[in-house]
Amino acid sequence: MFIQIKNLTKKFNNTLAVNNINFNIGKNKTVGLLGPNGCGKTTSIGMMLGLIKPNSGEIIIDNKNLETLSRDDILARINFASPYIELPKKLTVRQNLEVYGRLYGVKKLKDRIEEISEDLDIKSFFNRKTGELSSGQKNRVSLAKSLINKPEILLLDEPTASLDPDIGDFVRGYIQKYRSKNQVTVLLASHNMNEVERLCDSIIMMKNGKIIDRGTCEEIIKKHGRNNLEETFLKLARSKDELQ
Amino acid sequence: MNFSKIYALGLRHIYLISNSLPRIIDLIYWPTVQIFLWGFISKFFTLSSDYYSNTVGIILTAAILYDFLFRVSISFNMMFLEEIWSRNFTNLFIAPIKISEIITSLTLTAVLRALIGLVPAAIIAIPLFGVSVFKLGLPLLFLLLSLYLFGVTLGLLVTSGLLRFGPSFENIAWASLFFLAPLGCIYYPIEVLPNSLQFLAKGLPLVHIFEEMRSILLNGTVDYLDIIKSISISIVYFVLGVIIFYLSFLGAKVRGTLINMGE
Repeated sequence: MFIQIKNLTKKFNNTLAVNNINFNIGKNKTVGLLGPNGCGKTTSIGMMLGLIKPNSGEIIIDNKNLETLSRDDILARINFASPYIELPKKLTVRQNLEVYGRLYGVKKLKDRIEEISEDLDIKSFFNRKTGELSSGQKNRVSLAKSLINKPEILLLDEPTASLDPDIGDFVRGYIQKYRSKNQVTVLLASHNMNEVERLCDSIIMMKNGKIIDRGTCEEIIKKHGRNNLEETFLKLARSKDELQ
Repeated sequence: MNFSKIYALGLRHIYLISNSLPRIIDLIYWPTVQIFLWGFISKFFTLSSDYYSNTVGIILTAAILYDFLFRVSISFNMMFLEEIWSRNFTNLFIAPIKISEIITSLTLTAVLRALIGLVPAAIIAIPLFGVSVFKLGLPLLFLLLSLYLFGVTLGLLVTSGLLRFGPSFENIAWASLFFLAPLGCIYYPIEVLPNSLQFLAKGLPLVHIFEEMRSILLNGTVDYLDIIKSISISIVYFVLGVIIFYLSFLGAKVRGTLINMGE
């Protein structure tokens, strides 16, 4: 397995944010991380990014333990996008991509910026300050930043939250296209069940810091006797008895 | 350390400054106001007192040197705060950069920001008040080095506080230098302080720097031993500042504050 999460636990004061979770992600697979707000998705992603230190457990990427690898070696192979973090607002789109391209040590940076800008259709506002852009434009710039280093692992936290259906569809379509063309393993945290069904090979359901179910979308929907993932999510989120 | 990454971190702030005329004006404005204020106050003292024949020179040179310290420290803090305000903090800390590269970049960019403000102010003081900080000669370089190291140290301590306590620590960032100013003996000799405070003040590099500055301007003598002492004290504080920054970073990872640091 390309990513192995073993017995991962994180406690903040007296709150158990992530409670002994285990999961694997195969190379070039896309896995959805689902669950109600506060279930531990962002904390899990934070630990995978090296931003949060787990209390116990291991994160193994490409057979190497995250703790034993040097921080910048592993981070050079990962990237992350979320609407809840932003790029410097006073810098233009081009300047932001240049700065982050350099930070990621991207070779032939000019060509890479050109390529990704065309793919994500951001060239028309290339010289505008990032803070002046609409949510949809900012979202595409953020996605461009997350792909600037051609990451082997892409972590996406609600990549289409607050986007209108048209732009949301563009972003989902782009992620699909990018996956088919590039070798990338994706972990997608999302509350949009249609998005998850469209993009993910399998899903992991979390609740109260624990994994309560896992499998392909079809398997999970069938197992819980519902018609779609949305209904299944509601059933699991509202159920008192957690399934494992 | 990778200098290309250090350059990239600095480039983010160079773009920030160069994209905004108000920011450039802001950098120049405050040191210039400081020079005007202290220039006129000390001119008044000269006219009203025979005691100090060189009041303008001493006070204004002290103001310029103190402002250099202030600008270095505030620049360091500001660059860190800019990342919090722009909600770019997480992006920065998931990029493959070492903590030592972040510190080096902030340290180097801080001096650039400080000089943008200070050089015009120091030049204005020459025709306006007949005071040139460059009269300090070669020792000026060493005094600036010591101030620079100490300014960066204060920046490191404040940013460590920001990492530990979050953006609520921002007010301390602004207050930190004013807290040290009375003990630093910037505008007066150390003898002015009560004995108990003199002991504390001698543990700061500022006292040695500003005593030396006064000695050069009043007596024309340079005590390089005192300058070395000030640089050595600054280096000790700097190393402590770096250690505290690393500890705060590790603490922030434990508390999970790196992922949701914002306004």
